[in-house]
Amino acid sequence: MKIPNTCRDVTHLLLAREDRALPVYQRLAIRVHILTCRACQRFERQTLMLRGALRVWREHQDHDDPKPPR
Amino acid sequence: MSTAPQASIDPQGLGRCLAALRPTLLRLAQLQLRNHAWAEDAVSETVLAVLQGAQRFNRTSQLKTWIVGILKHKVLDQLRQHMREPTAPAAADDDENELEHLLFKQDGHFRELPDEWTDPCAELQREQFFSVLEACLEYLPNKQGRVFLMREWLQLDSSAICRELGIAPTNLWVMLHRARLRLRECLQIRWFTPHAR
Ligand SMILES: [Zn+2]
Repeated sequence: MKIPNTCRDVTHLLLAREDRALPVYQRLAIRVHILTCRACQRFERQTLMLRGALRVWREHQDHDDPKPPR
Repeated sequence: MSTAPQASIDPQGLGRCLAALRPTLLRLAQLQLRNHAWAEDAVSETVLAVLQGAQRFNRTSQLKTWIVGILKHKVLDQLRQHMREPTAPAAADDDENELEHLLFKQDGHFRELPDEWTDPCAELQREQFFSVLEACLEYLPNKQGRVFLMREWLQLDSSAICRELGIAPTNLWVMLHRARLRLRECLQIRWFTPHAR
């Protein structure tokens, strides 16, 4: 199996991670790549921020919560 | 069974609440279903279930939480009814690779350093962000938009979505991946790029 090592591969995994559990070799590939890649560090932060934003949006839609959490 | 005289919701209050919530329910159903007639049906079914079940409403939870919870079930019923028909195999790869070409060079590295985003929900303009977010969700192609919201709004896991829609996991993952990439791009352009607002 091809080892993910380009930014394209790694962003693919970073997005896939939102929807399914990744095997350990893929999780490791992400961490190793991100150690030295500033672009993928940024991309990872974007995906985490989007995850949080979607959660806040969902909670706002689903419950009476006009105020931001905390 | 002895039904202890619970403090049931007064019908007038419930009616007012349903009327006030209707636009929200319809917007959410439309966002998920992408079909106005199905969305109307899901909302009507929800209102009916709410009126029939008003005595069972547990006062400890919020009325809106309870009603939106019912809506989610009714929306899923609509998806089951309408989405299970065998449809043409995932629309032939249109220009889906275009987004990747925009982001990456031939060798697979980023063309440009992605922006440092600031938390859109921590800002005062959270409501504005939500409307941009919803516009970007609407902008997704129908199938991508439906599976994406099944994940993010209905909060179903991948295997449940595959089961409900009768699709293969790899097919689902491709759609979700494209949806996420598009959503990121749309928000980058319409929210996070400084001159966008
Ligand atoms: Zn990288």
